[in-house]
Amino acid sequence: MAKLKILVVDDEPFIRSGIHRILDNFQVDYPFMTEPYEFEILDAVTGEEAIEIINNHQPDIVLLDNKLPGIQGVEVLSYVKNKKLDIVVIMITSYASLDLAVRATKDGAHDFVPKPFTPQELRSVIESTTKHIFLKRMTQQMNIAGKQIRFQFLSVLSHELKAPLNAIEGYLQMMKEKQLGDKIDDYAQVIDRSLARIKGMRTLILDLLDMTRIETGEKEKKIERLNICAIAQTSIDTSKPMAIQRDVKIKLDCPKDLEFETDASDMEIIFNNLISNAVKYNKEGGSVTVRIHKDENNLVIEVSDTGIGMTEEETSRLFQEFVRIKNEKTRNITGSGLGLSIVKKIVDTYNGNISVQSTPDVGSTFIVTLPVQSLTDIIL
Amino acid sequence: MEAHKKTIFIVDDDPDYLFQLQVLLEKNGFRVITAESQREAQKIIERTKPDLAIVDLMMENEDSGFILSYQIKRLYPDVPVIIFTAVTAETGISFETELGMNSRWIKADLFLPKGLRPDQLIREINKLLK
Repeated sequence: MAKLKILVVDDEPFIRSGIHRILDNFQVDYPFMTEPYEFEILDAVTGEEAIEIINNHQPDIVLLDNKLPGIQGVEVLSYVKNKKLDIVVIMITSYASLDLAVRATKDGAHDFVPKPFTPQELRSVIESTTKHIFLKRMTQQMNIAGKQIRFQFLSVLSHELKAPLNAIEGYLQMMKEKQLGDKIDDYAQVIDRSLARIKGMRTLILDLLDMTRIETGEKEKKIERLNICAIAQTSIDTSKPMAIQRDVKIKLDCPKDLEFETDASDMEIIFNNLISNAVKYNKEGGSVTVRIHKDENNLVIEVSDTGIGMTEEETSRLFQEFVRIKNEKTRNITGSGLGLSIVKKIVDTYNGNISVQSTPDVGSTFIVTLPVQSLTDIIL
Repeated sequence: MEAHKKTIFIVDDDPDYLFQLQVLLEKNGFRVITAESQREAQKIIERTKPDLAIVDLMMENEDSGFILSYQIKRLYPDVPVIIFTAVTAETGISFETELGMNSRWIKADLFLPKGLRPDQLIREINKLLK
């Protein structure tokens, strides 16, 4: 259990005891927090006493009344500000002096609670302040640890996971309220879309598991001599149903007995992603060509399509997590936004390289090269 | 077009959310125009003036909503703009437009979290349309 110290500065005893009552046993939890926060309450009756406690006990939050017997609340606020203390100050003020509170927030107070307040109002201010402190400290730590990117990743991830949930919830609500009519047939589109969103979410979760395994190094490599063409053919077969639907032909150009020392499931992920993308982002009646060959130093895999292609700006963002190229041409294509970044991560573990050449409305070619000689250097 | 109906322009890159919002607003007596991207929305506002606009914050770019809101306000200063955001809930980042410094450069009338109850949304819309 993490703990934050709150200093209550108010000359009215019943306000202080009230705050004690409201915040005793109060906890703040937040999906990103490893543990919930609870609060230890300290009291001060005057501003002078408050400054003493600030110096001796380092509270995290100060709940500060402005009207005090000696020095005023705003003076305590400027003390905290001038000393650059890591303390969040919340002003307690009456409605009559809201303008003061607004001024105080400009002078560094984080927030204010208008008096009289309900227990719920106080709790919600403390809750948002706790999140603020948590995020601020976490950001500081992450900047030190270089984990900022990870945090951004998590917030985008939760966005991506919530979007389908919201969509499905909305559709169920429409059905419950019979917004589109009384017959089940009136909801055919609603049901189809809900199923599509569920499917998308499942893909996302599976991709995410793949990615986590690769990143944590949990995904062990079993390096063996493999027939690469056979693996490519399996991936092509997996994409066949979608290809038939879209009237896309897939050709495989691979020397029959081509063998390569690698991990089978890594190769499957690479082929599955590149080939299914080439089908998804193709045009009706288009084609996909999978060309594989080995030169002296590398295994080279090329997957070309005759699809919608991309601009230079779009290709530059392509391998980042959750980047999906959004435009008129891709609006009806679903995906997790993780496929290519997974492929890139795998390729990196082989010290390989992935690149793309693309022309809008003509097509794209993805080229993966995996070095032959560096097998011993592979990050296992 | 029925003359007495107010027109609401909604922009969101989630087609399902867009559809659900459209049904809700039409049920409440509004005429609805939709766009699925910042770019599409920009084309539409050039020739159509809505009575109110609701834009999603994150679309092609993570600040698409801000940009659109700014452009709508520049073309039609009297059209209220609501920015819909899912950001608050996930990151704890709030914009505090009513009080904070942000309102000076973010030209939106209101920020609302996605997933607001339908009746609350309608009430906010009616308030802005008064």
